[in-house]
Amino acid sequence: MYQFSGKLKTFSLALIIIGVIGTAFSFYSGSKKTIEDAKHAIEASHNVGHGSSHEETAVHNDVADLENHTAKAVVHDVEEAHDATSDKEHAAHEEHVLHQLQNRPWSAFYVALFFSLGITLLVLAFYAIQRVAQVGWSILILRVMEAITANLLPTSIIMLVVIVASVMHLNHLFPWMAEGTVDPTSDNYDAIIDGKSGWMNATGFLIRSIAYLLIWNAYRFFIRKSSIKEDTANDGNKTYKKNFTASVIFLFLFMITESMMSWDWIMGLDPHWFSTLFGWYVLATLLVSALTVIAFFTIYFRSKGALPGVNDSHIHDLAKFMFGFSVFWTYLWFSQFMLIWYADIPEETTYFVMRFTEYKLPFLGMVVMNFVFPILLLLNSDFKSKPWFVFIGGFVILVGHYVDVFIMVMPSTVGSQWYFGIPEMSAICFFLGLLIFTTLRAFSKVSPIPAGNPFLKESEHFHYYNIEHSEEEGSTDHH
Amino acid sequence: MEASKVIHAFYTDDEVLLDAVKTVKADHHHIEEVFCPFPVHGLDKALGLAPTKLAITAFFYGITGLSFAIWMTNYIMIEDWPMDIGGKPSFSWIENMPAFVPIMFELTVFFAAHLMVITFYMRSRLWPFKDAENPDPRTTDDHFLMEIPVHNNEDTLVALLSKTGAVEINIVDKQ
Repeated sequence: MYQFSGKLKTFSLALIIIGVIGTAFSFYSGSKKTIEDAKHAIEASHNVGHGSSHEETAVHNDVADLENHTAKAVVHDVEEAHDATSDKEHAAHEEHVLHQLQNRPWSAFYVALFFSLGITLLVLAFYAIQRVAQVGWSILILRVMEAITANLLPTSIIMLVVIVASVMHLNHLFPWMAEGTVDPTSDNYDAIIDGKSGWMNATGFLIRSIAYLLIWNAYRFFIRKSSIKEDTANDGNKTYKKNFTASVIFLFLFMITESMMSWDWIMGLDPHWFSTLFGWYVLATLLVSALTVIAFFTIYFRSKGALPGVNDSHIHDLAKFMFGFSVFWTYLWFSQFMLIWYADIPEETTYFVMRFTEYKLPFLGMVVMNFVFPILLLLNSDFKSKPWFVFIGGFVILVGHYVDVFIMVMPSTVGSQWYFGIPEMSAICFFLGLLIFTTLRAFSKVSPIPAGNPFLKESEHFHYYNIEHSEEEGSTDHH
Repeated sequence: MEASKVIHAFYTDDEVLLDAVKTVKADHHHIEEVFCPFPVHGLDKALGLAPTKLAITAFFYGITGLSFAIWMTNYIMIEDWPMDIGGKPSFSWIENMPAFVPIMFELTVFFAAHLMVITFYMRSRLWPFKDAENPDPRTTDDHFLMEIPVHNNEDTLVALLSKTGAVEINIVDKQ
């Protein structure tokens, strides 16, 4: 049995508290932002952006109104016309930048929240896949995955709070929720959003979001209980088969809800833009991060002696998944990018124009971290079974995919007013502390070995052919 | 080439063969070759063979393919006959790079796979019209064959092998 040490408990709680304080502080300073701050921000970006006309237009605007606003802003700058319309235009722009400034703490929190919730969800999905495919090798680390999914409930509750806050207009994360976007008589009328209002309406959004969270948490609640029951059931695999069926149903629902969740929670931040493979792209991001988190906790628990049967071959398999899904992520990321780049249709390119002009370093840096680095570090078979290498590779993958989610959210919500500072770091601290606390607590509560699983023996004898196991008994028997 | 005597010991089970190889090795005899109808896991380790370097060659073949693809796309699409790619007449390789990524990927895989297979054939000394090296056609069906060179120790070897579960032991002159 694993013992959740007091030192680690203090450490994770400290992370949570630091996160709460930092987040509270950034929300406080965010609420203090006034129209004066927006004017300053615009002035600052004017001074920076006067280099080329291309940059000039980009810093003025954000994706939501790039199509019409850009043209007007250029005209406005060139002609220096101070008539009534342009003053009104100016005020609208200032208000827009103010909203971006006010969005900053929300967005910083939202990025870390979505990343944390997504990782936990994908760990749950990967766990369900193990059950559905009746995988042999991973039985010994099933309890590690189960423990990580303990993070699902708290993150789901926080997500629900953020979603309700958005619907109640406490923030400006989702531009389509703004007043008058679907009212033809309003100044704010947006024909594109109106056309999508069958999907993009507050009621539907709220109902769907609650449905996703309920489905995921219901499966997690059931399977955790039933998996523990399996240990002592001794009923001719009846419980095991029931868990199999539940996992099949969950995976079916998961595949639908995951795609829909990515449209609602991420693509909804950019209501004019669309991409047909966005759901899979988000899935790849979260899946590779989820596998990295599983590998990290497995390596940690094994080093504490809590997973006696887990050998280097298990680590090797997890690292293979990390490597493979890094390539898969790159494939989807590039597929999305290349088609949009090639076709060059304005309503699609807005997404990448914003990211390429305002977020160049993180945007390109993340491709290096998520593709080039894992390829070079984890390509060699020998390196994949060395925990130290897996840790370095995994660390870069996790940072890279945080940046990936950052790049999905920030350009749409805060535009050019981004910065990596206290709000972002506090949110990371909070959710990291939460993940560590929930996982270690859940892992310490039950036996780390799923004794009732019929494939347990297979997992104990798992041996990849070119790995020497250091302290393994019965190594002659490796089939 | 001077004729030398070898022992051919036949087995019908891969597990028995693996144990026999370990026994013979433990008794410090040199095993010239083992012929199998299918790959036996752990046999290379039991025989004390060095790990294959084929994976390393594959990596370098892949790099070669990647470089070739970069050179080829640049020559065909930019230099020799400049193309307007996707309505972006920049005529620069790097600015049109996204369009070339599929080609770069395919040629990397193509070079790595084909050159690796050819390397494997050459390293195993396999080429068209070559006579088979295996001494007994049964090793392509259901028998395993262990070949041990004899140096005036025929009797001890036969005694040892008959204890390892060999179904047939022949002493032959190797040309």
